[in-house]
Amino acid sequence: MADYAKPLPEITAESKPFWDACARHELLVQKCRACGTVQYYPRGVCAACWSADVEWTPSAGRGRVYTFTVTYRTQARGFRDELPYVLAWIELEEGVQVMSNIVAVDPAKVAVGLPVRVTFDDVKEGLSIPKFTAA
Amino acid sequence: MKPQALIAGVHEFPERKTAKSMLEIQALSARAALEDAGLGKKDVDGYFTVAANPGIGPLPIVDYLNLNPKYIDGTTIGGSSFVAHVNHAAAAIAEGRCRVALITYGSTSRSSGVAVGTRERISGDYLDQFEALYGTSTVGLYAMVARRHMHEYGTTSEQLAEIAVATRKHASLNPLALYRDPISVKDVLASPMISAPLHLLDCCVITDGGGALVVVHPDLARDLKKPPVRLLGSAEAIAHTSGGRRDFLVSAAAESGPRALAEAGLSPRDVSMAMIYDSFTITVLVTLEDLGFCKKGQGGAFVSGGRIALGGELPINTDGGGLSSNHPGMRGIFLVVEAVKQLRGECGERQVRDCRVALVHGTGGALGNRHSGATLILGRS
Ligand SMILES: [Zn+2]
Repeated sequence: MADYAKPLPEITAESKPFWDACARHELLVQKCRACGTVQYYPRGVCAACWSADVEWTPSAGRGRVYTFTVTYRTQARGFRDELPYVLAWIELEEGVQVMSNIVAVDPAKVAVGLPVRVTFDDVKEGLSIPKFTAA
Repeated sequence: MKPQALIAGVHEFPERKTAKSMLEIQALSARAALEDAGLGKKDVDGYFTVAANPGIGPLPIVDYLNLNPKYIDGTTIGGSSFVAHVNHAAAAIAEGRCRVALITYGSTSRSSGVAVGTRERISGDYLDQFEALYGTSTVGLYAMVARRHMHEYGTTSEQLAEIAVATRKHASLNPLALYRDPISVKDVLASPMISAPLHLLDCCVITDGGGALVVVHPDLARDLKKPPVRLLGSAEAIAHTSGGRRDFLVSAAAESGPRALAEAGLSPRDVSMAMIYDSFTITVLVTLEDLGFCKKGQGGAFVSGGRIALGGELPINTDGGGLSSNHPGMRGIFLVVEAVKQLRGECGERQVRDCRVALVHGTGGALGNRHSGATLILGRS
């Protein structure tokens, strides 16, 4: 996995629980204890009410492609060597959108509404990046 | 309250590839815009520009120009920034904080080889770890909106191409435009796919460039060289990922457009021509819907049949836009320059007949994650 040339996350205290869970192959979203809103991307406050009382909660890791693009030209590190690739917004069953890649699917078969499930790209010891593939 | 401001002078730096520096471009543009207004260096007491250098905004250019403004604004919200600067300048003028506001821009994207659309989109902040890992580029983020629009409303690549074709037709009438040879819908569809469904000719060009605007207090009307353009309404907004629940087909224009029109007391039917930020063809289509020129989802039909070309119902981007004339990275200032020239009747071959009201809408950032929108309604005096 030492040859993973794509960008890596800069993990901070705020996001560490999310990335620790990814390393265990678990996708987390957040739920606000004050107002009940589920949110993604994770952050230190609830995006709906700004309560700091947000809890980590596992996502089933299933959803559908909300939209996507098959990229044929890019300067993005790592990706420019693997053209074409699929960048997508996925709508999870929990109701929130997640940006990711659709992998291990022929780009020509990707469509809006395609059922997908999370899969983890084990980049190095202790770091796995959530991506999605056909469910 | 109606805005109390006039646009007294404008200038577009004519070169598309230059040996000049971004500061030099701004200095020459500032001098030319002030000359256009009939004003000079000593009159400037407000300064507005983007933060080209992270963290210090207008400091280098104000130093370079040897100015001492009383009011400084470095708002940087992407390509719409200079449109928002006009809104901010009007507010500062109305409050008595300054009387002659200078807005400048300069960029050497082309000569320094910046691949504006396809470079890795990394912001250097917390959000990167949830987006930039996945090969995000500016074109990719807009392409996702185009794909969703096609899915929801049956919009076609041919309809998007109509926008590029009309814009190129306008560019052919602009001696300064980068590309002036007419293109067809077929040409757009045959151009290389960059990030599906957006082809090369759905994307803006990359150039050097810059410009300047002079916004002044209405009391100065008598001292100006040319009949000034009146700011009738202005507004801005931001649209973002909204905690993970976002309708990506609704842009910030849906917020800023109606507010600016309401301030002017006008409706889309009153608009003679529009300058719509065209980073990509899809940007124009979504923006026209959100501004109320047609219903949501009907943008594809609206842009077809010559409606948005000169001689049509709503000519847009008469300078050739970012798609054909120039796009140094943040194009908002050119939208205002062309709208002002149209309202003054200075556009020659590409002049919109009886141009009374122009709408300017800038989009900054990306439709596919977060962006700003700034709308101006301008009227001739
Ligand atoms: Zn909450």
